[in-house]
Amino acid sequence: MILQDIGRQPVIVVENLTMRFGDDIILQDVSFKVFRGEIFVIVGGSGCGKTVLMKNMIGLYRPSAGRVLVEGIDINIDSEKALSSVRYRIGVLFQSGAMIGSMSLAENVALPLSEQRRLSPALIDMIVKMKLGMVNLAGYENHMPAALSGGMKKRAGLARAMVMDPTILFFDEPSSGLDPVTAAELDHTIRGINEGMGTTMIIVSHDLASIQNIAHRVIMLDKGDKGIIAEGVPAQLKENSDDPRVIQFFNRSLDEAKTQGTAYGG
Amino acid sequence: MKNRSRDYTLSIREDDGHQVTLLISGRMDLMGLDSLNADLEAFWMDRTPVRITADLSGVESMDSAGAMMMLRLEERAQAAGVPFEFAHVSEPLRGIMGLLNMQALRIDPLLQEKESEGIFDLLGATAQRRFSDFRQVMIFVGELLTAMTHVIRRPSAVRWNAVFLYMKKVGVDGFPIVTLISLLIGVIMAFMSSLQLKQFGATTYVAPLVAFAMVRELGPMMTAILVAGRSGSAFSAEIGSMMINEEVDALTTMGFDPVQFLAVPKVLASVIVVPLLTIYSAFFGIVGGMMVGVLGLDLTAYGYLQQSIDSFQVFDVVSSLIKSMVFAILISGIACQRGFQVRGGADAVGEATTSAVVSAIFLIILANSAFAIILYYIH
Repeated sequence: MILQDIGRQPVIVVENLTMRFGDDIILQDVSFKVFRGEIFVIVGGSGCGKTVLMKNMIGLYRPSAGRVLVEGIDINIDSEKALSSVRYRIGVLFQSGAMIGSMSLAENVALPLSEQRRLSPALIDMIVKMKLGMVNLAGYENHMPAALSGGMKKRAGLARAMVMDPTILFFDEPSSGLDPVTAAELDHTIRGINEGMGTTMIIVSHDLASIQNIAHRVIMLDKGDKGIIAEGVPAQLKENSDDPRVIQFFNRSLDEAKTQGTAYGG
Repeated sequence: MKNRSRDYTLSIREDDGHQVTLLISGRMDLMGLDSLNADLEAFWMDRTPVRITADLSGVESMDSAGAMMMLRLEERAQAAGVPFEFAHVSEPLRGIMGLLNMQALRIDPLLQEKESEGIFDLLGATAQRRFSDFRQVMIFVGELLTAMTHVIRRPSAVRWNAVFLYMKKVGVDGFPIVTLISLLIGVIMAFMSSLQLKQFGATTYVAPLVAFAMVRELGPMMTAILVAGRSGSAFSAEIGSMMINEEVDALTTMGFDPVQFLAVPKVLASVIVVPLLTIYSAFFGIVGGMMVGVLGLDLTAYGYLQQSIDSFQVFDVVSSLIKSMVFAILISGIACQRGFQVRGGADAVGEATTSAVVSAIFLIILANSAFAIILYYIH
């Protein structure tokens, strides 16, 4: 983290992004910016293209039209060297945690370190222990992923995603499949990392309770519009939006989340 | 003293009273971690400070690795009984350092890597594993037999669509490779035997040799080994993936017997198709031999075929078909059993697949030896 960077500097710029699979248009003409240090949440019902949008932002999908700039680098056009410099700066937590089953937790977490930096084994060991400690998994370094619960796998995935101290962290539905207590703990960790290290967070979610707790800014996608139908601070969207879809999504779900203390399933 | 490495600078100022100030500036991150660690180790050499102050006013950026180094320095000073303090720590730096829990570094792994307790321990563990494996196989054989009995009593309970699908996968899709391998084996056998038999002027015996070997032994064996490699591995990988994705659990909760639902169609399809493939394989083996006979040994195609047909009897063909049916049951049965054994992740599917093929080939050879002895006494 560069201390003087914190402010309204865009780290991700998505310009007129269109994404098609065959004749099926998933996203059309989507544009927005994510600023440094903010927790930016992409919401919307199932099948509205949230995960597709995220995969465009991390370079796993190529947009059919438009462009994505990460730290000023067009991730689909610029050279492989430029791309790899971007990859050093991002971390991704996949929905299932995506831990490699044949490796222990320590090996999984150390993977980006041993691939990208030449560090002594003792230092790598120390960093791994510390990162596992940050996600409350201290002592689990020799466990295999198959021996962990879903929530633990996700936390281990988070430890691996942030082992290089990336400046941008992506989360694909971090609270899905977690009980409310574990989901709240994960939110707490996410918020702590954001506040402590100034890491920019892009979160794909439909867990309204979580959005209310951690999001600085939200965009809402809609399947019918194939793009953004609302953008802003969650509380303001809930209060001020004229769009019935937004009102329904935020009000009903927020009320449900409050009364049941559960995640909004969409 | 002044050390510079990568993007940070470490200056050490020590007054006459051994009060030390460490002035750190620049970027403290993963990039320079090794040298920062070395510099901090060197700091403790030949020095007995009475008080340490780490001045972080010049730090431009710090990641969690850099913060960890600072906290370790603090811990080390405290362990040595030296008063320690940070000076000029900006809010963001305090945030990063506050995130770290140094206690995590001292927690021992909950799972210790198990050390072997010698040869007897290893031997015992292996025997136990083998016994448990044998028990699992026997349980599965019981389940499969029950399911098969159920199928015989109620054939409509079988998912015949799945049976036809697997018949296509095992049989039709396996034609090209069985053709190629059998043809080549026929060619090789005829060619190699003709080299020897030529010396005695006995090349007319090439045809019976190839035909008898293909019908009695090589046809069933080669087909079974190919099916084990192609379809046995696919069966165990399919069921193994379903185990991981809880699809098998879903079937159970819906009231299906997973063995009947998943294993029976595969076993039935194999039992129907493998004998057909075996006949096909023997035929192409003979064709391969005939190619060598006609092109290289001046035999006529009619004469070669006639001699081939005369070399075996109906008993040989029937025993070969029964053998191939047994091989089919062994291959598909062990493949499904290995699939159902999968627990854990993707690597377990790989292990199950390997184990399915290795076990199937072992069982094929074992059963073939048993058949050789039994058929000798029957005939």
